[in-house]
Order: sequence, then C-alpha cells, then structure tokens
Amino acid sequence: MSKRIDVSDLDIYYGDFLAVKGVNMAIEPRSVTALIGPSGCGKSTFLRTLNRMHEVIPKARVEGKAVMDGVDIYGRDVDPVEVRRQIGMVFQRPNPFPTMSIKENVLAGVKLNNKRLSRSDADALVERSLRGANLWNEVKDRLDKPGSGLSGGQQQRLCIARAIAVSPQVLLMDEPCSALDPISTLAIEDLIAELKADYTIVIVTHNMQQASRVSDRTGFFNLEATGKPGQLVEMDDTTTMFSAPSQKQTEDYISGRFG
Amino acid sequence: MSTDVRPDPVDAVAPEPLSDHTKHPGRFGNRLFSGISLASGILILATLVAVAAFLLREALPAITSSTQDIADFTRGLSLGQYIAPLVFGTVLAAIIALVIAVPLSIAIALFIAHYAPKRLAGPVAYAIDLLAAIPSVVYGLWGFYWLVPLVGPFFDWVSTTFSFIPLLADYAPPAKNITSAAVVLAVMVLPIVTAVSREVFLQTPRLHIEASLALGATRWEVARMAILPFGRSGVISASMLGLGRALGETMAVLMILAPFAKGSSFFSWHILQSAQHQTIAANIAQQIREAHGLSVSVLIASGLALFAITLVVNMIARWIVSRRAAFSGAN
Repeated sequence: MSKRIDVSDLDIYYGDFLAVKGVNMAIEPRSVTALIGPSGCGKSTFLRTLNRMHEVIPKARVEGKAVMDGVDIYGRDVDPVEVRRQIGMVFQRPNPFPTMSIKENVLAGVKLNNKRLSRSDADALVERSLRGANLWNEVKDRLDKPGSGLSGGQQQRLCIARAIAVSPQVLLMDEPCSALDPISTLAIEDLIAELKADYTIVIVTHNMQQASRVSDRTGFFNLEATGKPGQLVEMDDTTTMFSAPSQKQTEDYISGRFG
Repeated sequence: MSTDVRPDPVDAVAPEPLSDHTKHPGRFGNRLFSGISLASGILILATLVAVAAFLLREALPAITSSTQDIADFTRGLSLGQYIAPLVFGTVLAAIIALVIAVPLSIAIALFIAHYAPKRLAGPVAYAIDLLAAIPSVVYGLWGFYWLVPLVGPFFDWVSTTFSFIPLLADYAPPAKNITSAAVVLAVMVLPIVTAVSREVFLQTPRLHIEASLALGATRWEVARMAILPFGRSGVISASMLGLGRALGETMAVLMILAPFAKGSSFFSWHILQSAQHQTIAANIAQQIREAHGLSVSVLIASGLALFAITLVVNMIARWIVSRRAAFSGAN
C-alpha cells in the first residue's frame, strides 16, 4: 500500500511567478519525510504538487516530473482526480465535512469511487479507519453525530481516518498539528509513527522538534532572497540533518538563527 | 471628568476612568445604531400586524355572513367553497413554477459560482439579475403573445405521448392553462432564487472544497459533497422567497391563465387543460372592479387565505432548516 515518489526538476508557478525552483527529491516508501523551512519558502506549495492540488488555484501550474510507481503523475493522460484518490492529504486546519456525521465523513472518499458498500462492510471500514486514526474509542458511541462537534484534535484524526479509509499509497500532511494543543499534537505524532508501517508519509512542519521526532528523512527548503523562488537546499537522514547538516544555512535554521 | 476647559494637553490625553462610559466617543453611535435597528424591527412587526388586522377586520363580514348573503357574488357557493379552489390553484401554480425554477436556478448558480470562467460568470450573473427588473406586466404580455402559441404544440405532444398519466392528459388548445402560467412564474422566480443561491455557494469555505478535491472528487462530486450541503439552508430560503413571489404574482397570471369556467371541476389535476384553475391574486384583480359591499369582503377573505398560506410556507421552511441545524456547518 505504499509507493515511492521520485521528483525531478520540478518548477512550481503561480501564473508567471516562479514560486519553487528545480526540486529533485526521492520520497521513500514506508517512511516519514519531513519538509521544513521558513514561512513562504514553498514547502506547502511543493507538498500540494504531489497530489496535484496546486493546480486547483487559478493559473497555478507545474513543470517537471513526479514519478510514482513508474508513472509520471504530471503525464499527459493522467487524470488529477485519479492521482488524488491514490495520494491522500491532511490539511493544516481540520476540515471534516460539517454537513456529514462522523461515519459519513469517514466514508466520504470511499463513496466517491461509486463503490456500493454493504452495510456491514461499511461499518467494518469505519471501525478499521477510526481505529487506524486512534479515534475509535472516543467516538464509537456517536458515529451519527456531526463531525464538527468534536474537538480540534479529534477532528484532525477524523480527517486522517477519512484519508486512510480509501487506502491511499501516500499520505501528505500539511502542518497537521499547527492548530492543535500539545496533547492532541502528541496523539497525531504517535499516529504518524504507526501509520508509516503502511503508508508513505510526507509531512510539512514548522516545528523542528516534531520533524526530528517523527521523520526518517528531512528536506530543508529556503529562499535565496525575498522575491526569489524557494528551493530544496538539502535533504538527508533526519539524524544527519539535525546533527551535521552539510549546508551552512540549514545549520543556521535548525539552530534557530533565523526563520 | 467635568466639562471645563483643560489647558494642559497632557491632561487631555490622560485615560478616562473605566467607569465613565458616558464620555466614550463611540457611545452615541452605539445607542443610535441600536435604536435604529430596534425601531426597524418593531416597524416590520407592526406593519405585519397592521396588514393582518386589516385583512381580518375587512374579511369578518364575509366570514360571519350566511351563504345566501354572498350567493350572488359566489354563484351560490359558501365562502369556504369559493376560496378553496382558489387556494388550490394558487398553490398548484406556485409549486409547478418552483419545480421548474429551483433545479434550474441551482444549476445556474453553481455554474456562475464555481464552474464558469470569470469572463463568462460576470455577464451571465448580470443577465440573470436583469430578469428581475422586468415588470410583471411585460412578462404577462410575453407569455400571452409569445409563450402560449409557442408551447401549444409541445403540450399537445406531451399530452398525447403521456396520456396514461392523468396529470398530463387531455390537452386542448389554447395553452392558456396553469402550466403556461407556471412557466412564466418560473422565469420570474428564477433570478431571485439564482441570486441568493449564488451568494450562498460563493461562501462555501475553501477548506471544504479542498477536502473533497483531495479525496479525489470530480467537479460534480465537489458540488455534491461540499457546496450543495453547505448551501442547503440558503437554497431553501431562496426557494421560499421565490415561492412568495409565485404565490402573490398577479398580473402575469391574470393575462395568461383562462380562469375556471362554469361546470369545470374546481380541484382539477389536469394541468394542461385551460379554464380549470384560478389563483387568489388574479381572481382578486379580476373581480375587485365589479365588487361592492359584502363581495369586497369575500375577496379580502381570499386575500387573508393567501396571507395565511405564505405564513405557513415560511414556517415549514424554517422548520426544515432548523431540523438539521447541527449539520449546517454554522458551528
């Protein structure tokens, strides 16, 4: 259920503005890849190109290649909808559908594939996904209540349950803990550690402790200067990145000298 | 602090004690605003009560009189028997109009709000808004001289093809039937429902649209998962506004619909036959010139019925919206 992604020479544009330049990156399966860097350096933008969510912004476009399982997801005849069904995403702010119950939220993605699920299959999938997101025990008695009634941390885990219910190959997380309190953050970090047994995970985070705790590999994005495009400065095993990075600016950022 | 002149500028900027609310510069504005809103609220309620009271008072003679007293005007019918078919025709015309207009409006609003390229969305929205500015008498003329002859052959075809459905059976020209009237009503209702729905759809949080996109939703699925559920209560409100207009519309119906003739069934489901229905508003407009005394009171009683229908419809709409309030996304 997990695949690797090889990104080569990826340029990301907003209209004529080059936002991120020349990214080359290998994302390993069954591991957690963390993307760090100062605000506005393009790490979230880059993350959104991995499931073709970048192009839903008007005039946004991408040049280059991102190959998953031998197929370039930016290939000519690749349907972005198909890409997104295989590469799940969890957003910065929890966004369960307010008009749906907890159960309907979990099943939202599955129903899109027009699969007719029997009642018992659906119930089993809901339980499996919610258990996978460490939420089952908290919500099993109120599956028919609205998802928006949960706490922020619970909502974010509901979104993770919704994303994994469709059995994606890859899970993208865009600062999934930035709107959460420390205890909920811990719950999500534990969950990420469990999920990496089955999924390829890419997480964008502002929190360097979090990156060092949850990830196997870390990529550091930075801007050359204001108004210049962002780029991937270096990428290495997380332990190496946090102990002996090869670039001066990485070390400066990690030790808190800027950003 | 007192009102005497302060020579020391440092003194002038010194913070006032917290307890002294009356000196606060925003205080007057606040009170003015709350006064104006309160007055407006009361004014609306008062107008409503005044209209209801007027209708009740003027209708009372008809309500309390015997059937013989009003028989001349109602052709021997009691007040209830006289008003009931009018209520039926009014509601039927409005429902047919909404059945036509609401799905169309939702589709147009979705198109304008989320699918159309910007260059197209603006002009389309503007054109739809223009429809609302056309006076109803013009719609009546348009319906009478253009629509009625045009839809005749179509009605004929529908009626013969689906003659096994009683609702559509037995079309007879001219097409001055309730369906023609409802089509014109639908065109009149369309801009209201479209405009309100469009505003609601535009407010769908980006978060929810992206949530469904990221799950692999197509454009239609985004509408079904995020935009339509979010806009549901707004669309219902919009439809009720439209229903209000359809229920009360007078001129266009008066000009297009041939009212029921002698011998016709008063509660006819034959929506393609002419001279089968009449609406309250059109009936009042048609009869009021020759009415005097008690017959005016009869017509006003029918107006009271229209008022009551509108009230009930709005209450039902509120109830529908509130039933799933927890799922509305407002929390």
